[in-house]
Amino acid sequence: MMASSYNAKDEDGHHSGSVSHGGAGTAKSKKPDNTAFKQQRLPAWQPILTAGTVLPAFFVIGLIFIPIGIGLYVTSNNIKEFEIDYTGVNVDSPCYTCANNFSWNSTTSCSCTVNFTLEQPFENNVYMYYGLSNFYQNHRRYVKSRDDRQLNGDATALKDPSNDCEPYRKIGVETIAPCGAIANSLFNDSLELYYVEPSGALNAVPLAKKGIAWWTDRNVKFRNPAGVDLPTAFKGTAKPVNWRKPVYELDPSDPDNNGFINEDFIVWMRTAALPTFRKLYRIIHKNQSSTSTLPSGRYVLNITYNYPVLSFDGRKRMILSTISWMGGKNPFLGIAYITVGSICFFLGVVLLIIHHKYDTRSNSADIPN
Amino acid sequence: NSLKTSLWMCEGENWVDSRTVYIGHKEPPPGTEAFIQQRFPDNRIVSCKYTFWNFIPKNMFEQFRRVANFYFLVIFLVQLIIDTPTSPITSGLPLFFVITVTAIKQGYEDWLRHKADKAVNECPVQVVQNGKIICKQSRRLRVGDVVLVKEDETFPCDLILLSSSRDDGTCYVTTASLDGESSHKTYYAVQDTKAFTTEEEVSCIHATIECEQPQPDLYKFVGRINVYMNNEPVARPLGSENLLLRGATLKNTEHIYAVAIYTGMETKMALNYQSKSQKRSAVEKSMNAYLVVYLCILISKAVINTGLKYLWQSDPNRDEPWYNERTDTERQRHILIRAFTDFLAFMVLFNYIIPVSMYVTVEMQKFLGSYFIMWDDEMLDEELGERAVVNTSDLNEELGQVEYVFTDKTGTLTENNMEFIECCVDGHVYIPHAICNGQEREELFFRALCLCHTVQVKEEETVDGIKHGIHQGKSSSFYISSSPDEVALVEGMKRLGFTYLRLKDGQMEILNRDDEVERFELLEVLTFDSVRRRMSVIVRAGSGEMYLFCKGADSSIFPRVIKGKVEQVKARVELNAVEGLRTLCVAYRPLSPEQYQQVCHQLSGAKLALQDRDKQLAEAYDIIERDLILLGATAVEDRLQEKAADTIESLHQAGMKVWVLTGDKMETAAATCYASKLFRRSTQILELTTKRTEEQSLHDLHLHGVFYLFSLSGDCTDFGLIIDGATLSAVMRPGQEDSNSGNYKEIFLEICRNCSAVLCCRMAPLQKAQIVKMIKASKEHPITLAVGDGANDVSMILEAHVGIGIMGKEGRQAVRNSDYAIPKFKHLKKMLLVHGHYYYIRISELVQYFFYKNVVFMFPQFIYQFFCGFSQQPLYDTAYLTLYNISFTSLPILLYSLMEQHINMDILKKDPSLYKDIAKNCLLRWPIFIYWTVLGVYDAMVMFFGAYFLFDNTSFTSNGQMFGNWTFGTLVFTVLVFTVTFKLVLDTHYWTWINHFVIWGSLVFFVVFSLLWGGIIWPFLNYQRMYYVFMQMLSSGPAWLSIILLITVCLLPDVVKKVIWRALWPTTTEKIQVGAITSMETLD
Repeated sequence: MMASSYNAKDEDGHHSGSVSHGGAGTAKSKKPDNTAFKQQRLPAWQPILTAGTVLPAFFVIGLIFIPIGIGLYVTSNNIKEFEIDYTGVNVDSPCYTCANNFSWNSTTSCSCTVNFTLEQPFENNVYMYYGLSNFYQNHRRYVKSRDDRQLNGDATALKDPSNDCEPYRKIGVETIAPCGAIANSLFNDSLELYYVEPSGALNAVPLAKKGIAWWTDRNVKFRNPAGVDLPTAFKGTAKPVNWRKPVYELDPSDPDNNGFINEDFIVWMRTAALPTFRKLYRIIHKNQSSTSTLPSGRYVLNITYNYPVLSFDGRKRMILSTISWMGGKNPFLGIAYITVGSICFFLGVVLLIIHHKYDTRSNSADIPN
Repeated sequence: NSLKTSLWMCEGENWVDSRTVYIGHKEPPPGTEAFIQQRFPDNRIVSCKYTFWNFIPKNMFEQFRRVANFYFLVIFLVQLIIDTPTSPITSGLPLFFVITVTAIKQGYEDWLRHKADKAVNECPVQVVQNGKIICKQSRRLRVGDVVLVKEDETFPCDLILLSSSRDDGTCYVTTASLDGESSHKTYYAVQDTKAFTTEEEVSCIHATIECEQPQPDLYKFVGRINVYMNNEPVARPLGSENLLLRGATLKNTEHIYAVAIYTGMETKMALNYQSKSQKRSAVEKSMNAYLVVYLCILISKAVINTGLKYLWQSDPNRDEPWYNERTDTERQRHILIRAFTDFLAFMVLFNYIIPVSMYVTVEMQKFLGSYFIMWDDEMLDEELGERAVVNTSDLNEELGQVEYVFTDKTGTLTENNMEFIECCVDGHVYIPHAICNGQEREELFFRALCLCHTVQVKEEETVDGIKHGIHQGKSSSFYISSSPDEVALVEGMKRLGFTYLRLKDGQMEILNRDDEVERFELLEVLTFDSVRRRMSVIVRAGSGEMYLFCKGADSSIFPRVIKGKVEQVKARVELNAVEGLRTLCVAYRPLSPEQYQQVCHQLSGAKLALQDRDKQLAEAYDIIERDLILLGATAVEDRLQEKAADTIESLHQAGMKVWVLTGDKMETAAATCYASKLFRRSTQILELTTKRTEEQSLHDLHLHGVFYLFSLSGDCTDFGLIIDGATLSAVMRPGQEDSNSGNYKEIFLEICRNCSAVLCCRMAPLQKAQIVKMIKASKEHPITLAVGDGANDVSMILEAHVGIGIMGKEGRQAVRNSDYAIPKFKHLKKMLLVHGHYYYIRISELVQYFFYKNVVFMFPQFIYQFFCGFSQQPLYDTAYLTLYNISFTSLPILLYSLMEQHINMDILKKDPSLYKDIAKNCLLRWPIFIYWTVLGVYDAMVMFFGAYFLFDNTSFTSNGQMFGNWTFGTLVFTVLVFTVTFKLVLDTHYWTWINHFVIWGSLVFFVVFSLLWGGIIWPFLNYQRMYYVFMQMLSSGPAWLSIILLITVCLLPDVVKKVIWRALWPTTTEKIQVGAITSMETLD
């Protein structure tokens, strides 16, 4: 990549007689402490960046990046993604009533149903996300409003969590478990997906809850406090203000998915980097049979509408996506690679011209490497 | 009554500038004067700064007086007090580290000083008390104590010599540890006390000493001793020849008795401890300017963000959505307080843009870097066994910026190794070993030279006495003197048949041609000084005739001569001067006893004066050294130092202007200048000198004319200027004819700027400094360097931006006061062209890089505020924030700034014009600074928005799971660390194994640290946000791809810029680099 000279500095410009490699500096004087290092004459590789030396590098980068980019782009394009906004802003949208009649005190939950059609079948595992917009999970006050010790099952932190959780730390004398704003605002819409058979019958699509959180989070970072069972372990704590159920009853269907190690909870607790984000909700594993996981056709999304976003002008979405080795749909990476590759190639050409026009005197120097 | 008070006041004032010391604490006889016991400090030397209990507060106070430390302390305190985005640890830890390391270093140094102080203060001293000798600890010594000092012992405080074991009341002293002059100096006891040579006798001395209050000048002392003989006070003058300084050592004398007059911290040595004023380099000034810019950026960032935050928050649903409410206390806080707190929080968040570690790194670079100068074998003088010395490492890079070099001539350009060449008596020339005619005048001349000097004879064997030495013509004894000219002359006389033997009991002994010993009584010595430029002795010959012999520079002798063959001698002197020889003229004046009495009277009057003694002495000398009869002249050769011409030529090629400032006469100096290639044959010389005093009146007019002519002729040819001290002072004289003289000064400066070489001769030491000052203050504010070897160069060494001392023969004063000291003038070449060049390149990259890497570091965080509701959410984890500057990116740049060699050392030496490439602080100019900053902002944008678009709403993993904000930050941070390190990789041109080790090592360290930091639930942390974040990121393919992509995009513009610039507008440096490689390959 670079023109270079491996130059044991002792050799040049000095006594031409004493040509020796490596620590030749030591030979120069009888003094024991006279080292090549002290004389600043350590052997060194001295590369320089010239048009000639950088040229090949640019072409190589171009040649590598463009295929990678094309590969990424094609992969990304093969990924199928379906997104539907179910916030209910417009009067004619199905969730309009639920969205506008929301009240924290209502005991009955509001449901609405959204119909949609998948034009193409989704193969392999399909991942179901919920997306929120204009939701500042990365606000500093919000990000720090948690207690990792408590979430790790620490007994003292359970009863006396960090002050960072304020104002979601205590209700009266009882501490909140899990404390903090993040936990308090846990996303609690439940989504159900039905495939509308050509016959008109609704066929529930099986949604798997396992594997949506990081393995390390589920098994190491988040732990339930010790106790005979969860209710006793959490005895003396209060549920977060906005929750309907205490933390140990989050998932009635699976006793191992309760408490702090509830995966929906863990997913929510990993705060998003940007105000528009999506989080993994469920996984639709591919069928054992040869049919596609989600065949094309009409679907019904049943939403239990619990989560208010209109107050801060937020949006809620449901996303279905397949996944490749490079994750979800992301055309940007492929395009970026192609662009950078092309720029490098183009620069290579420009440099070639410059090199031939202006840099003739060092031709001999640049090509050999 | 009021009169009495005023008298008393008057006396009180007297006490202020003089002190009275009672020898042996004995009251003066009643009636003579009031006995007022003054309080003096004890003899404790305190060189340490701290005591055990005040170390911490005092050291802290001193450290926080530095702006940078104070700034970080404030940030730290803000973090402690208010709720800020980053924990106080992030700034507290580095600050604590820096402060602790400095404190430990200073504490250790102070401990060493304590130890040294203790050793000094507790060393035993023999004191005479009541006729007996008792041992005291040095620190208990008091003013007025009579002390016994034995041979080879060091004086415990400043003493006045009372008597010595030598009969003549003299003692020999070496002041090597004070000023480095190893020659033995003779000190004299007062006539009236020198007879008291035993303890009992000494304790009988009844005397008081009045002397000035302590002052730091080692060579000045004024005092008076009142000896009470039978209650009759006899006043005798005391001068520096009576004062034995603390730190000096007694030599060749069995023992002496002396009385303490200055003790402890009032000794001259202690007063000289005070360090000289700090010099600051141009780079440091640019650095501070950049800092101000960055401070402005920081504040404006914080203000902008605070403003936007409140604009954004004006919607209550954004300010406090239901999911993210404030606490009640926070709500109740006044909006202004909240806004101010937010402003401070933003300041804290972005404070890393001003790097705490830069100061540490710069200081380490300078400190460690200076070792390379000290280690350099090419600057080792085998003969002297001396290496270059670095007294201040703060100026390493300034060595690469020098525009003006002011050099002394004698001892700097020349060897200061004098050899007697010839002498001329009445126009007859004598060379050594020649047969002489034995004329009377001639013998007088030789005797004059044998007598008129201050040379001492040093015998190798002192046991057997003096007989061994010169008497037998063996070289077992030799001459020593502070002036090499004198030694050369006395040795020359020896070869002409007149040998100076010794000074014994006030008798100078000379062995004449007929092997007879002639004795002359030495009556007075009118010592040499650089203003008078001559010295004299008054002697009484055996026959009773008295003579004044005077020798000095021709300009100071000729005006005083009334008789003699002036014309012939003058012609010879000028001839010799043109050949570059140093000439001295010798004259004499026979004195009649009456005249001698008068002389004695004048001298003693002047010597007894307490105030203005120097002035009075000078006047007395002026009167005495008159009506001389010219004897002849001598010529001594001072050879040019090895490679002096080559060095000057290189400095010229490097674009430096070399000025020679010398006290020597014009012809000699000009000859040296030609020999050293300062002037060439083609150089057009302009002379601004006053050759004859009569022309003085026409002088100004003449000057004006020359200036005018000169300004017409322009700057097309090679000009040289010669100016002498008198003319210079005429030019510099502050406004008598108000506007006119100011005008001269400017015209003079203009001329000087157009001259490639300037020679200023006949300069007084102060004038040297004046010239340096004048150039320093001129329009372009050029960087000046002064190099010299003698005490007369100290003022200019201190004045110039960089002062270099040559370890010459004229003592160590220049070396002590210099910033750097080198054994020989030729070493200046490597010092400037290689070391100076390297350090400038290194430190400018260091400074620019530091600002760059912190822009890249902080700018993404700034942009992130726009996406997190201006909530001061940091993008990176605390550990990353803290360690970025301390460990991830600190070592490679430190190493770069120690090791980088963009061009081979040998090429730098071979091609001095490369020095011009970095002139005028060109690597730290604003365009380059702006380029680095823009590059930093660009890189930051690429990193942030690259990550932003990649993260935008998609999963990064093949299992569909999502990443959070910490992964986002870690991704940016990883790209950041790699980009910043690779940027340095691109800039490094000199890859030793150490560079490879440190650069790749620090990247590996980052990865290993990140793995470890995220690999464990850290029990002492109350958050675990980084848990497995780094590893999860690495397990995702797109993350790898985006890291590679972003690094490439970040580095691309810089590479392209480098390559295109190199191809289209290559600098000399770059051409040389390519050339070096070409030649290397053709060799292969």
